[in-house]
Amino acid sequence: MSQQSSNILEIVDISKIYGPVKALQNVSLYVRPGEWLAIMGPSGSGKTTLMNIIGCLDSPSLGRVVLDGLSLDSLSAAELTTIRRESIGLIFQQFHLISYLTALENVMVAQYYHSLVDEKEALEALEQVGLADRAKHLPRQLSGGEQQRVCIARALINHPKLLLADEPTGNLDETNEGLVMDILHSLHRQGGTIIVVTHSPEVAAHAERTVVLEHGRVASDSKLGAQEKIFDQASQGVEGLEGTKSAKEADSPIVEKAGGIG
Amino acid sequence: MFFKMLLGALSRQKRKHLMIAFTVGLGVSLATAMLGVMFDVGDKVNQELKSYGANLSVIPKGASILSDLYRFQDEGQTNGESGSAGTSRAGSPIGANDPSGSSASSSSSSSAGSNQAGAADVANNFIPESELYKIKMIFWAYNIVDFAPYLSIDGFVGETSVPLTGTWFNKHLSLPTGDEVDTGMTGLKSWWVLDGPPGDDSEPNEVLVGKEAAQKLNLTKGSQFTISLKPGGEGMTFTVKTIFESGGEDDGKIFASLAPVQELADRKGLVQRVEVSALTTPENELARRAAQNPGSLTRLEWDTWYCTAYISSIAYQIEEILPMVRVKAILRVAQSEGAILEKTQLMIILLTVLTLICSALAISNLVTANVMERSVEIGLMKALGATGLGISVLVLSEILIASFVGGLAGYLVGLALSQLIGLSVFGSHVAIKLVVIPIGVLMVLLVSLLGSLPALRALLRLKPTEVLHGR
Repeated sequence: MSQQSSNILEIVDISKIYGPVKALQNVSLYVRPGEWLAIMGPSGSGKTTLMNIIGCLDSPSLGRVVLDGLSLDSLSAAELTTIRRESIGLIFQQFHLISYLTALENVMVAQYYHSLVDEKEALEALEQVGLADRAKHLPRQLSGGEQQRVCIARALINHPKLLLADEPTGNLDETNEGLVMDILHSLHRQGGTIIVVTHSPEVAAHAERTVVLEHGRVASDSKLGAQEKIFDQASQGVEGLEGTKSAKEADSPIVEKAGGIG
Repeated sequence: MFFKMLLGALSRQKRKHLMIAFTVGLGVSLATAMLGVMFDVGDKVNQELKSYGANLSVIPKGASILSDLYRFQDEGQTNGESGSAGTSRAGSPIGANDPSGSSASSSSSSSAGSNQAGAADVANNFIPESELYKIKMIFWAYNIVDFAPYLSIDGFVGETSVPLTGTWFNKHLSLPTGDEVDTGMTGLKSWWVLDGPPGDDSEPNEVLVGKEAAQKLNLTKGSQFTISLKPGGEGMTFTVKTIFESGGEDDGKIFASLAPVQELADRKGLVQRVEVSALTTPENELARRAAQNPGSLTRLEWDTWYCTAYISSIAYQIEEILPMVRVKAILRVAQSEGAILEKTQLMIILLTVLTLICSALAISNLVTANVMERSVEIGLMKALGATGLGISVLVLSEILIASFVGGLAGYLVGLALSQLIGLSVFGSHVAIKLVVIPIGVLMVLLVSLLGSLPALRALLRLKPTEVLHGR
């Protein structure tokens, strides 16, 4: 593939090797600004490894990653931290809010590590996710959906070039899943670049493009309009590895556990 | 934001931080108590050792020259009145350090000494009793705990030879400064075991007899005996008031008030030697140099030495006020003081260091557990862009705050503990030394930082990818 300067993310032939295990093998991927990409695949397919590399949380053993025109080759951990802080917003399946800080303060933490703390701006970010009235609540006083929306507000507060979401609805019920996906749609409409790592075909269906990983390789990479086949493949892959349960069903106990006080 | 996170972490993990504070507090309290005692132990040990006798011996200059000439041992001169008597006693009515007695063949009667020793000899070899009060008028007068003069003769009870020593048992002195002082051998020999009341200067015919002397002379409490300067000669009659046991060579002697012995020896108003018990500061390099040659000191060093209660400076000041004497430190006592002090201080330092090491190890476990428990939070901070340094500063701040709170409490408890130790071991309060505060702060810093090192290492090595994707 030829390298395109208009890509916000270029992953060129990367591999990640842990001893005898090859978590990723010769993966190449290009993401354009404003694109919404879903990365699917069964457990152990390398989704999380790929996400870590894209999120500058890890480095590939081989290959090259270029983020927003900047090659990440040979960068130190501190330099990767700086790039992550400046360019990437992270959303986690388990929310990972700091338990002793309020919703507002959890958003401000990202500002604090990025530049300057601006309470007004943090409150606006919470307003965008519909949680202005819950700003002073501690995480334990919020439902799972609300916690995930705080997590999204935190990811967006520094206006990242790339929003990276790891199973963003994995711990949520349908209602909250809908709310979260609405927020991502809204962000996408505003031109945000989103990469979602998910088991769920329903979540992947919201993306413009879906990449399926299998055994550390790109099994397929579809554009919008040719996704049905990919959904089938991904569903089969998930079912093949996790029995008859769908990814959503498999995660349901966690949904119950993570269900907040609300 | 930093302070919000700091306060949030402190309040959220109250129990863990309280444990850290408690651990530091425990270490600091013990260290404060021990250091408090250590800084005061010099004075305390000195006070204790004062109960084991004098540490300065005052002798006439003439006797000192003879002593130096014949290399009489300091300890011999000071461990009792017969210390160097072996060389002079035979045939001499004046025992121990009597210079006239040292000319062994010259005298055989009480008057012989005075006949042969001229006025100059007397001036050189005896100390006027009337001048002794000046010992309590030196710069370090208040450090002079007790002093007692001695005049010894070799007497005979019947045909049996026995040393007789005149002294002040408990002399009352009215000083020109207006101070009233009671001093004498009773205070200096406080370890003696008496089977009756101590000696009394107001009863000149009553004597204290050593256990061995009593056995030798077949004397018991209340016995009367006559002591003379030659076998079977005329002499003075005394009554045995008390028989004592000193555990040393004094057990072979008889102690009487100074006046009758002066009269018997025909040395009225004169003494041979004075023992002084003084509270002193432990010797250091400056004191050792000054003891060898005060002239080698600079003006500033000399002032420092003179104004510090070193045994050498007190000796110097006594020589200043009594020009006819030479003052020597009783090395055995002085060395015991130094040795005991050094060992005590070494033991306290070792215990303090061990305490701090234990505290650091305990803190290490607590902080490591704290960091491990918060690994997701720390991983998240890193994922959000925090640097290892930034998170380390946050975690260290939490630990230091907890440590200083614990350290402050520990310091206060340590002060109380040191007083308890002072009262139970030395029977007096331990002085509060401000120098313990900066040392305590340093200890808290050292213990907290050293104890936090393994946790900080783990924190810096922690990868967000290892903790953020748990499903």
